[in-house]
Amino acid sequence: MSPLTPTDSNVLTVSHLNVYAGDHHILRDINLEIPSNRITVLLGPSGCGKTTLLKCMNKLTDLYKELKVSGNIYIGNDDILNTTHNIPAIRQKMGLLSQRPYPLPVSIYKNVAYGLKIKGIRDRKLIDFSVEKHLREVGLWDEVKNRLNAPATSLSIGQQQRLCLARGLAVKPAIILADEPTSALDPISSKIIEHLFREMKRHYTIVLVTHVLRQAIRLADHVIFMCDGRIVEQGSPSDLFSHPQSDELRAYLIDGN
Amino acid sequence: MLLKRILADKANGLWMITSLVTILALPLVIGTGLYLKASPLFDQQSFFSLVFSADWAPSEGRFGFRPYITGSLYVTLLSFLFTLPVCLLSAIYLTQFSSQWLIRTMHPVIDVLAGLPSVIYGVWGVLIVVPLVAGNIAPAFGTSSAGYSILSGGIVLAIMCIPYILNMLIEVFRTVPAGLIEASLSMGATRWESVKHVVIRGNYPGIISAYGLGIAKAFGETIAVMMVVGNVVKVSGNPFDAAYPLPALIANNYGEMLSIPMYDSALMFAAFLLLIIILIFNMIFRYLIHKTRKQ
Repeated sequence: MSPLTPTDSNVLTVSHLNVYAGDHHILRDINLEIPSNRITVLLGPSGCGKTTLLKCMNKLTDLYKELKVSGNIYIGNDDILNTTHNIPAIRQKMGLLSQRPYPLPVSIYKNVAYGLKIKGIRDRKLIDFSVEKHLREVGLWDEVKNRLNAPATSLSIGQQQRLCLARGLAVKPAIILADEPTSALDPISSKIIEHLFREMKRHYTIVLVTHVLRQAIRLADHVIFMCDGRIVEQGSPSDLFSHPQSDELRAYLIDGN
Repeated sequence: MLLKRILADKANGLWMITSLVTILALPLVIGTGLYLKASPLFDQQSFFSLVFSADWAPSEGRFGFRPYITGSLYVTLLSFLFTLPVCLLSAIYLTQFSSQWLIRTMHPVIDVLAGLPSVIYGVWGVLIVVPLVAGNIAPAFGTSSAGYSILSGGIVLAIMCIPYILNMLIEVFRTVPAGLIEASLSMGATRWESVKHVVIRGNYPGIISAYGLGIAKAFGETIAVMMVVGNVVKVSGNPFDAAYPLPALIANNYGEMLSIPMYDSALMFAAFLLLIIILIFNMIFRYLIHKTRKQ
């Protein structure tokens, strides 16, 4: 595969990305493009490096000193991987939704207002407006509008996950990085999240990590199949799922169904 | 067989309840005992004047405990002011910023410090802190001091409390899930903002209880403080003056000077006061924990 260069229709481009943890080669020469306003699904068995790849995009790998990261990740023409300049602004371009919800230990309202407060916005009306807008966006407003000052932890897990999504949207990201966002949720909450994703791709680019094949089939516009830290196949879901080229993907498709 | 198991079950239940009741009754028994032993003093002087009078003349039968109470509180307050930033910042650094290697190295060091007998801290205070206060710190503030002072007591006490409080804070901060920090960072917060909002504000109850336990322990600490604080009976706001904390009064005099009438009762009253003040500390901290947990 030839090294990729940034183009207009791709929001994010990863080129020759390698990650080591000590002697362990977690990600091996990753090259991929994330098309804008699409749901790109990172599919693969647990432990294949999907989450690490997602964390590279967000520079959260900086937190883990034992990880050695090399390569390039471009947003537009900026290489975000090899810069130390204004990292909070880079991270703000990407909303993160993790495997289980991590509401901040404050009220529902303050969770959504957090990103705005960090940005230095003090205008109460603007914050009120934004909190309502983003809680509506994830369909949570009617459920919580009478208890905005209740602790976020008093919500159900499914509601917490939507709150975390709303909180991420409030900082106006371009990309949403979702790391198995439904794995801790009940089927109904999962369905709501999936529905939201389909709605949201009009305004956002979504990268969804999952090991659930059915979810990938339901949501994916573009699929990247990973195994053992390598990208085995990538392409449109119809190609990949009906004509798998590799043994790994064939085995995964059989086991997944 | 079944009978044997049921009997064992009953016996164990009884045993657990007995131990629990013993533990619960202990403070009550100690408190009552001290109160009864101190009570002859109340015939002579009112409780109010015992606590608030600064007139200490045992041989003439006048017992004013104010110098001891203020001395104790002053030393404890100073040590609290010294430990507060040191412990909080070290615990945050160790749990959030440092490598695993450093925290693994620090743990045994902290454990050793926590396990050192307090007399060692006392000797170290006499050898290092007292000359430092007399020779460097007091002159720097344009005053003179013998070195045996409230400040020395506060410093030694702070150093004694650091491993104890630090250990508790590390345990508290370790419970913060990495995902929470990552969530905060991905909303564009800096590392410090994330620590402030997630690690510190989210753990007020834990932080308060760590300091509460530390202070209660510090207030009753006897030997190390006694060795560096000067043991002079007077009320003073100057940290370079000597003071005489309550525990030191008991430790220095119990078993001696009992020929003076009522002295025995007075020392028991000092012990009773210690108990009451620590009880009040605990209640204040319980209240603060309760209040912060509600949010």
